[in-house]
This record gives sequence, structure tokens and C-alpha cells, in this order.
Amino acid sequence: LSSAGDKASQQRIEKILIANRGEIACRIMRTAKRLGIRTVAVYSDADRDSLHVHSADEAIRIGPPPARFSYLNGPSIIDAAIRTGAQAIHPGYGFLSESADFSQLCEDRGLTFIGPPASAIRDMGDKSASKRIMGAAGVPLVPGYHGNEQDIDKMKLEADKIGYPILIKPTHGGGGKGMRIVHTPNEFVESFLAAQREAAASFGINTILLEKYIIRPRHIEVQIFGDKHGNVLHLYERDCSVQRRHQKIIEEAPAPDVSTDFRAHLGQAAVSAAKAVNYYNAGTVEFIVDTISGQFYFMEMNTRLQVEHPVTEMIVGQDLVEWQIRVANGEALPLSQSQVPLSGHAFEARIYAENVPKGFLPATGVLHHYHHVSVSSTVRVETGVKEGDTVSMHYDPMIAKLVVWGENRAAALVKLKDCLSKFQVAGLPTNINFLQKLADHWAFENGKVETHFIDNYKDDLFVDHNNSALAKAYKTARLSAYLAAACLIEKEHFLLMRNPPGSGSLHPIWYANLPFRVHHQAKRTMELEWDNDCDSGISKLLKLTITYQPDGKYLIETEENGSPVLDVKATHLRDHYFRVEADGVSKEVNLAVYLKDHTKHIHVWQGSYHHYFREKIGLELSEDEESQHKPKFESAAHPQGTVVAPMAGLVVKVMVKNKTKVAEGQPVLVLEAMKMEHVVKAPSTGYVNGLQVTAGEQVSDGSVLFSVKDE
Amino acid sequence: AHGSSWRGSTLEVFTRRGFCLGVIPDGVDRNSEAFSSNSNSMADLISELQSHIAFPKVLAGGGAEAVRRNRSRNKLLPRERIDRLLDPGASFLELSQLAGHELYEEPLPSAGIITGIGPVHGRLCMFVANDPTVKGGTYYPITVKKHLRAQEIAAQCKLPCIYLVDSGGAFLPKQADVFPDKENFGRIFYNQALMSSEGIPQIALVLGSCTAGGAYIPAMADESVMVKGNGTIFLAGPPLVKAATGEEVSAEDLGGASVHCKTSGVSDYFAQDELHGLALGRNIIKNLHMAGKDVLGNGLQNVKYEYKEPLYDANELRSIAPTDLKQQFDIRSVIARIVDGSEFDEFKKLYGTTLVTGFARIYGQPVGIIGNNGILFNESALKGAHFIEICTQRNIPLVFLQNITGFMVGSKSEANGIAKSGAKMVMAVSCAKVPKVTIIVGGSFGAGNYAMCGRAYSPNFMFLWPNARISVMGGAQAAGVLAQIEKANKKKQGIQWNKEEEEKFKKKVVEAYEREGSPYYSTARLWDDGIIDPADTRKVIGLSISASMNRAPESTKFGVFRM
Repeated sequence: LSSAGDKASQQRIEKILIANRGEIACRIMRTAKRLGIRTVAVYSDADRDSLHVHSADEAIRIGPPPARFSYLNGPSIIDAAIRTGAQAIHPGYGFLSESADFSQLCEDRGLTFIGPPASAIRDMGDKSASKRIMGAAGVPLVPGYHGNEQDIDKMKLEADKIGYPILIKPTHGGGGKGMRIVHTPNEFVESFLAAQREAAASFGINTILLEKYIIRPRHIEVQIFGDKHGNVLHLYERDCSVQRRHQKIIEEAPAPDVSTDFRAHLGQAAVSAAKAVNYYNAGTVEFIVDTISGQFYFMEMNTRLQVEHPVTEMIVGQDLVEWQIRVANGEALPLSQSQVPLSGHAFEARIYAENVPKGFLPATGVLHHYHHVSVSSTVRVETGVKEGDTVSMHYDPMIAKLVVWGENRAAALVKLKDCLSKFQVAGLPTNINFLQKLADHWAFENGKVETHFIDNYKDDLFVDHNNSALAKAYKTARLSAYLAAACLIEKEHFLLMRNPPGSGSLHPIWYANLPFRVHHQAKRTMELEWDNDCDSGISKLLKLTITYQPDGKYLIETEENGSPVLDVKATHLRDHYFRVEADGVSKEVNLAVYLKDHTKHIHVWQGSYHHYFREKIGLELSEDEESQHKPKFESAAHPQGTVVAPMAGLVVKVMVKNKTKVAEGQPVLVLEAMKMEHVVKAPSTGYVNGLQVTAGEQVSDGSVLFSVKDE
Repeated sequence: AHGSSWRGSTLEVFTRRGFCLGVIPDGVDRNSEAFSSNSNSMADLISELQSHIAFPKVLAGGGAEAVRRNRSRNKLLPRERIDRLLDPGASFLELSQLAGHELYEEPLPSAGIITGIGPVHGRLCMFVANDPTVKGGTYYPITVKKHLRAQEIAAQCKLPCIYLVDSGGAFLPKQADVFPDKENFGRIFYNQALMSSEGIPQIALVLGSCTAGGAYIPAMADESVMVKGNGTIFLAGPPLVKAATGEEVSAEDLGGASVHCKTSGVSDYFAQDELHGLALGRNIIKNLHMAGKDVLGNGLQNVKYEYKEPLYDANELRSIAPTDLKQQFDIRSVIARIVDGSEFDEFKKLYGTTLVTGFARIYGQPVGIIGNNGILFNESALKGAHFIEICTQRNIPLVFLQNITGFMVGSKSEANGIAKSGAKMVMAVSCAKVPKVTIIVGGSFGAGNYAMCGRAYSPNFMFLWPNARISVMGGAQAAGVLAQIEKANKKKQGIQWNKEEEEKFKKKVVEAYEREGSPYYSTARLWDDGIIDPADTRKVIGLSISASMNRAPESTKFGVFRM
């Protein structure tokens, strides 16, 4: 055994500081706890009360909310480790996980960095350098320019040489940040500059590389693992093709529609790549697969544990975090390549707080209701939040990862769909309905995944204004509204009987279930505004009339022609659970209700459906004669030409001044949220007016940025 | 099923000390011929009742065309307005739905005004809502009577009044029966003034026109709301103004919400539309503060919120009372279906057995029940007076279940001083200051009506079953009496009355008594507060008692009892 091994065995890890937050911090702590290793959480001021803080044995504040002052603040995190007596730091993913400097700093301060050697991070962190190394090691590469000369004219020349479409990519970082696809030569300059800017903001280094853009690619990556004794093996591949905004949303392992031969080749290539940089600990080698030619090319290597590692864990039956700790302890890998099992199929769906109809823009808000499907040996929910938490603009808007396993792909997919329908989030928009649509799509079902999947099938995945689709969606929404109305009234009585208004001075019989009327039945109306989840343009007001029936049922109808009249019986089971019987069908209905902005927000889960309604409560008691109290559903209250912030974020750049003339589509300013840039463009040709925001200013969702007028 | 939906609590009191003596045995033979024939005839009566009330009758207001016109002005119907004011899911005890029934040549559904009691922000209120779809919401004599009756109940029970005004004022063709007398139109404002002086809030929501005398309803109110566009208040409308002064002015400019909220100060709250106005109305009630005046606690002290439903099905009340009033039935089988747990602790059970008296609870509220089980004898009357005295001492509300043909007549009775005994009971009933609720479950004849707290004895609430009959005596008896007098008169004139003529004479009397003794004749004239479905009796009494307890108890002082 080497002396390094001796040293490590003397210093077995007993306490780990996790230099991360959210679900990954919780996930690492879970394994650590199982191994008897104590955990230290770090937190910024925004996370004082978050789940990862409560899950740790100890927690220590490291700074204010912006990541660069807290989770990216290496020295502060190392101090925290030393203060709490942790021997090792697990960086999770993102933040400092791929910082060679941080890894080096750990080593310098006598702390074990649970991850690869700093040299490997450095080699692989520079995309151009990594490609050179891979090329030398015989790993296939995509044609491209990886040179140091970053002059814009030179780059343009190189791009022309490779041929369009071209992919522009920062050499550092990952996760699709700063990436741009350029279809024609005249788009090149704008994209190039934006990519540079985003790279500088996110990673501090703005070098860019160019690559041939593959038109029908698949994104397949291989999980590799190495130990400090020179052993490297792979744990099969994952397919992460289904992406939006260059970020993965559904991943699976193993990759569908792949031959054993191909799998073996891919694995070997990944192992060669790792060996070329003397890799140890967990890593992922990403390949781009050209579905037309069947060729695969090395893309990059992620020198960390990945977000989607659980799908690999599910098919090989191993705990990769445990492996990471054991490798960090100097132990040899527990299996040899031939011993790695491959069993069944696993999916991971990433549940994000995001606004799907607004182009998947990150959303912020309070998790008023958060209730996920129950976990088992085949269903995992990796979550970093709890009900009542706020998803802030400071960090990644991922709420949870849903991981399911099945005997084969079809079985796993059935499970995924079921679990998605039982995943309940209310308070902020999420991509759950969208994930359900993805999982339901025939092409996905057939494993026909590729990187442009969402774009290719956007007509199926986003509700278009096609009348029959809309009518069908409306019909199910109406049924949900009926059921919700029955549940709401049932619950209201439940509460009224226990706590009648008027501080107990009135006999509760006035609030008995079945409100009394002389010789007729009490009726009430309820106006629910339905929001079509996948199309913010469509919302509809459902005017329900509910008649109390002597047998405790509610007779529900609307004024619309042809709408059904249903006799609904609702039983309140507990909390948000109801049993509802309508039209001879009895089913469980879940209801989440919260109040915000004079509006009752109602979420209903029934069968595989989730619907969202709003009910205006009270009226604005304005005595101003002129002002009419209209429903204030964020209707287009602004005059034409007004541009509002599509998301909450930071203004990073303002390109034009007030009163200047702009052409339609011309960029006016750049917003950044969640490290994602969003260019706000002029909606029409005209003059910019009322532009008051400046770079560095924070704007809230929906706030007016400027307007463009003809004159 | 009907009863179980009102089950207040499933918590049974298992830890009762000793055993309960008072559970009334079932006592109803469901297989008997009487049971099925009573069921059938009561079912007929109830369907007749429904036919007078259900669409397109009373509940449809002034008819489809008037309703359509009302909706086109963005106005709700009066019952819908009340529904929006009430706490969501709350009960509403509507009064005298059939007032005005077949009273005039033209139909006047619910007398053109909806009245009743229900909670707003946990506080019971009296609602008085004009129905603009019925003769433009104008006041017929019976409309005035119904409005005054609602005010009377409000004053008695100290209920804040909410007037939903949408009325053209007095119905001019009948002005002589509407305007001049003591209990006429002017009394409305007199009542408003007096109630306001007693601290009973008077709130007006002007949702439509409010002309001439009607203008005083919001003007006399403590607080008032006006709805832009629909609400107008003026002493004289535009045509009269033009005639009088030549001024040409629109209704809105003359007396719209803007004028009265901004300039004249006649109204206090400006509403953008009707829903806004109703929301403002709820807000006014929310802000009522009646501390010091609000001595509710006293009445409620002894209320148990965990109560049991009766052991027997309330729907069987539709099968117990015979529609043929000559047949007697045990009032205990009615009591068993309206009191908590069918528990009834009888007082003086063995004495004066034709009057049943005893203690029970209805929805946890203590009550003293007095029910008829036959003709009132000396002993029964004395027992009744005694029991009423006890209830007044203990501040227990009284429930009268009337099924009475009268006091015993004949020489033996007179010699025993039946008049004296009856007078004792009448004295006790008159002076008792505890809440009183009367339900006529059968006949209500002669002095029995008095002793059993008929309308003249101001029970807080009085309701009839559809089989009820009210008259000074039975039709046959009256016919007999009148025929004898007539016969004597004719004899004096030397006219011989043949049998056929006598029968014809008698038949006419019986028919008149039949018509005038009908519950519809009574309820149309507001001799009661409504006809109810026997199955609803427990609920109606429960709500009535609760409303009656909305005030501090009063002590009773009796007059001279003739001994």
C-alpha cells in the first residue's frame, strides 16, 4: 500500500462538512448518517431555516444570500470546517464542486476534499484543454475550434470553417450556462458577445470554444468511478437528452434504444477518458451521440457527483455517495467492472419552480402546499425544501427530484407517470404538468429521445389554441371545479361547526351542515377562474351554482349549455384529503387552498389531473366613483407596447437609452436570474420610453421595464 | 337521513350518572292503518303546500318577465341578496312565505317582501327585503303588516335590522288601508326610531328605488348604503318634480348614490354595484359593537353544544298527526321526535293528564314543553299555570304544542270553576316573559287557543302544521249554535224551518269555518309566522329559541290570579 493510503487510513472521516444546500446536501447527509458519520451544514442568511440545516448535526452560517458571498466563498467554508472539526468537505454539485482552487485549498488546510484530485478538475475544467487531452487519449471528438485566440474575427473565421450551425460555449462551467447555437453567420456576433458576458458573470473566465452543432443529437453520459489505487470503472450510461433551455429535466438509465455493443464501447471510452487524467472519485463523461450517423463524441467531463446520479444508483443498486466517502478514505472500489450489476430501468424527473408557458423562466414564491408521493424502495424523492419554504431568486429553482425504478423501461415509465400525478405543489408555478405531458408522449414512450425533443414536439407538449384540445382540457377542469366546490363547502362546514363566527355568542345550529331554508334548498354560487397551466393566455371563469341537498350531497351546475349537473358527495377525511363521489364514481381528491392578494388559490388533484383555480374573495371597497372593481387577474392592464419583466431578476445590462429608436427584436436590456441571462427585446419598432432601470437593479416579476412607442 | 344531517355532534355522553328516566318510548305503531292513512293525507297536504311555494309560485317572485327585467338591471332577487349577506353556509329562518296568499285579486307572492332571520359575521340579524319583481316592491296592506311583524320580532329579540330597500312605496290604490292607521306605513319609521333608541342597529341598503315615504327607511337608518345606478332616494320622483316645479332632472341626478353620498349626506356608503353594496352591508354588521348592550351570555349559559338527536325519525312527524282533528293522538310521540335524545322529564305526569308538561332540551337549549292531550279540564289548566310559573322563575323558554278543541264545558265544569282555572293559565301565559314558541300541530279552538299561547298572546314565534285549524269553535258546533239561534228567530217570526233549509244553512256555516279555519287563510293574513313541514319542527323550534335568546332575560310579574 502507498503512503497516501496509510495516511488516509489513519485519518478516517468521522465528520463531513457539506459545502452545499438543498436536496443534494440532504442526500449526502442521509448516507453520512447511515455510515455513522456526523454532518455539518453551511447556510447563507436566506437558508437559515431550510431543510438541509435542520437535517445536519451542526450548522454554521457562512454569509449573506448571494452565492458568491456564501456558498461560493471557499475560505469561509474552510474556516467553518476547521471550526467544527470536520475532516472532510463534500462539495455536492454546482457551487465549488468543480473548483480546482477550492480542492487545492482543502488539501492545503489538511481537509479531505470528497471528489477528484485538483489536477483532474483543472484538466477537465478547461474545455479546450480537456479536448486536447482526450484527443491524445484516442477518445472521439466533435469537430471544432478550441484555440486560445479569442479575437472575434478569428473566431468568426473558425466558425465559417467548421460550418453552420455552430455551437458557442464557454470553456469553463457547465449546465448549459452561456451556451448559444448560431444558425447563420450574421447572428454570430451578438451570440458570441452574450456568451462571453454570461461566462464572465458565472465563472469569471470568458474564453469560448466553437463546435460543430449536431442537428439530431442525443446526450448520453457515462458514470465513472475511480479510486486512489488506480482502479477506474464505469457504472453504465444515462440518457439526458430531454432538455429545456439546455438543462436536463428527465434523465434515465440505462439509455433506451442502445445496443450492448455500443454500451460497452461508450463505457470503455469513458474509462479511457478518466484514466487519461488520473481520475479518482465520482465523475461523468458526457458524450454527444449523432443519431443520424450513430457516432459518439466526447463532450466534456463533469468532475463531480451529478444531479442525476440517483438513476445510476437505482440500476446498479449502489450508493454513490458512500463510494465517494470510501474512496476519499483511501479504500479501493468495492466492485470490479464485471461485478457491476445492471438491473431494470430508472427515471429521474426534475421538479422545478418555473413558468412553463413563459419559456420555462424560473419562478419564485412560497411553497404553500408541498406534498410528494410516498417513497419506497422503488420511488425516491430527493428534496431540499419543505412546506412553507420560499423558493428565492438566489439559488437554483429545483424543488425536488423524483426518481423511480421499474423492471424495465415501460414499467418504470408507468410508475413515473403515477408518481408525477401524486406530486403536489401549490404556491408557485411548477413544471409538473409539463413533465406529465412529456412522460405521456408517444415518442418518449418509444424511447425516441433526443436533445431537441421538446422543440420537435412542442405542438403536442404545449396546449395550442386548437379548439378540441382546449375543449377537452376545459371539460376535465370543469369536473375538477365541481369536485373542488363540494370539498370547499364540506370543509367550510367542518370548520364553521367547530368554530362558528361571532366568538361563540351564537348557537352553532345556525351553521349546521345543510343550511336550513323554509320549504326550499339553500343555494350558493362560486366563481372559479381556471388557469390553463400550459397556456397562460387561456383562462376561463366557471360560474357554479351549488344546491345543498337534504342527504348531504351538493347538486352542482353551471349556466353553460350542455354542462353536466352533478350530485356530488364530499367527505372530509383529514387535512387536505377528501373522498368524493360523483356520477357513481368515488375517488380521492386532494385540495390545497391558500390566500394571497385578495384571492383564494385553489389547487385540486383528482385522478391523474391537477387543476388550479382562483376565487376572488371580498371586493375592493373603493368609494371612488370612477374606479370599477374589476377582477385583478394579471390581465394585460398595460397599454400596448409596454414591456414587463418576464421574471424576477437582476438587470445586468441596459443597451439603449430612453428616446432612442429601436428596431423590432432589438435587445434593450439583459436580465439575469438563477444565473440565466434573458435578453429583453423591443416588441416593435419605435422609440424607447420610460426606461428607468439601470444595471445592477433588481426588478420583480411583472414590473414595467419600458415601453416602445411609435413617436 | 333528514335528521342526521343536522347532527351537531357525534359525541355521545356515555358517562351519565344513573339512568335516564325521561326517554319517551316510541309509542308509534308503524303498521297500523291510522299510521298509513295519516301518512297519506299529510303527504297530500305537504304536496299542496309545496305547490303553493315551489317554482313557479312564491319562490319565483313576480314571474319570469319581472325577474328577467330585474336581472337586466344587474340586480339579484331578494332571497339571493339575503344569501349573499348571510354568512356562507348559514341557515335562514324565513317568515310568512305565504303572506298575501289568495288575499287580493292579483297574486302577491310572499306579500312582496321577504323577511327572516340569519347570521352575519356571527350575529343574528332580521332581514327585510322588498321584492321589486312583485308589483314593483310596493306596499300592500299585507306588505306593511309583514314588515311590521318582522320589526316586532326584531324588537322583541333585539336583532339588528337590515332593510334591503327596492320599493316604489305605498301601493296607491289601497292607500286607505296602507297609510292612515296606527299599524300602517308610518309605523315602520316609528319602529325604526324606537329600535334605534334602544340600541338595536337599523341598517338600510338602497339597492333600488326608494320613493316618497320609502325614502325614510334609509333616512331613518343608523347607517345606509347606496348602489350607484340602481339606488335612488327622493321624496318626489322626476315626473312629480316636473309637475310641481318644472325642473327637468334625471332620477340619478335627483336622488342617486352620488348625490346622497357626496352632497346631501342622506346615505353613508357609496357602492359601485349591488355586490359591492351587499359587501358593504356585511362590513357594517362586522363593525357593530354592542358591548354592554350585548347580554347574550345570560340566555346561553345553560346551553349544551353536545346534544343528541331524537331517537326516532323526524320524518315520522308526517305520519303521527291525523288530518281528521276528531281523532286524538299522544302529543308525546311528537315531543319524542323534536327533543334531544327523545328525553323528556315530565312534570305532574299523573295529574291533569290532558295537558302534558315537562322539561327537555332542543339542540342543547333547555325548554319547557306544554302540549295538549285532550280537552282542558280544571286540573289541566292549573297544572299549566303551575308549570309556566316554574319556567318563568328559571328563565326556561316555553314551547306550546297546540292541539286543542277547548276547555271542558258543561254544568260540572262550570261549577268547578273552569273559567277561573282557565283564567289562571291565560294569566300565566300572558305575563310570562320567557321566550315562547307556539306550534299548532292540530286544532286551535276557542279559549284553548288563548291558554296555549295563540297569536294574541304574542309568542315570539308561531308556526302551523299543514293540518292545523284555527277558529273560535269547530264548524259543526258553530253551525249547530247558529242554527238554533236562527231557528228561534224564525220561530218568533212564525216561520217554520224545514230540515232541508236547516241543513243548507248549517252547510254554509261549516264551509265558511272550513275556509276561514284553514292554515292558508291564517298564514295569508299573517296570523302566524308560517306553515311548516312537520319534519322541520325541531329545526324551526331550535332556530326560533336561539333567536329569542338573543337578549337578556326579563323577570316576570304576574297579575292577580283569581283563587
